[in-house]
Amino acid sequence: MKTVRVQYFAALRELAGCREETIATAAATPAELYQELKCRHGFELPAGRLRVAIDDDFSSWSTQLVDGATVVFIPPVAGG
Amino acid sequence: MFRLSRSPLKPDVLRRRLLGEDAGGLVCFEGRVRARNRGRAVRLLEYEAYDRLAENEGGRVVAEAVKKYALHAAACVHRVGCLYAGEVAVWAGVLAEHRAAAFDACRYIIDEVKARVPIWKKEHYARGPAEWIASTKPEAAKRPVARKRKSRRK
Repeated sequence: MKTVRVQYFAALRELAGCREETIATAAATPAELYQELKCRHGFELPAGRLRVAIDDDFSSWSTQLVDGATVVFIPPVAGG
Repeated sequence: MFRLSRSPLKPDVLRRRLLGEDAGGLVCFEGRVRARNRGRAVRLLEYEAYDRLAENEGGRVVAEAVKKYALHAAACVHRVGCLYAGEVAVWAGVLAEHRAAAFDACRYIIDEVKARVPIWKKEHYARGPAEWIASTKPEAAKRPVARKRKSRRK
């Protein structure tokens, strides 16, 4: 198990009911973590519509998560 | 330069900062809040950003434009918070030797910012629930992303 900090924005923030949470997880990658959180919070967006950031930079879904990482799942953006 | 702003933008000030004597083409763009979208009256737009990554990725976009179009200067500023019709949500400005590069570079910055930078927009309507909007491609129709669930499964 490792401890990660997950920050939420926009639609995911509303569904999670919080801006961030620190969780203990057995997930090895962001892909596994998102599936876990999708079940927990009832997220409707499939992973294919999101991007992922780790420690404030874009990352891949298969990156190995390390203890203490900050993970953000990024819903479809809409700047401008 | 790319930054977020929680206070109203001042396009004249931003433009003046770009001016230089050696370049012949100055192009600026203002993305403004419209009073209607997809036939619905919009009361306000709520912009939210993942601040640190937005500024980093926005900075990369502007740096790419400078290199790609050999710009003398470039900048982009994006509002966060609640905005009303007529307010400027995003400003981009570029200074190039000639007009072709200036027009192309300004468009590049806005298109890439809209596609890549982690900023989200929630439309609040005169009637009905507010909706998060997804931009897929430049000039694509804005579609809602997800609605808040009324009840959650345990």
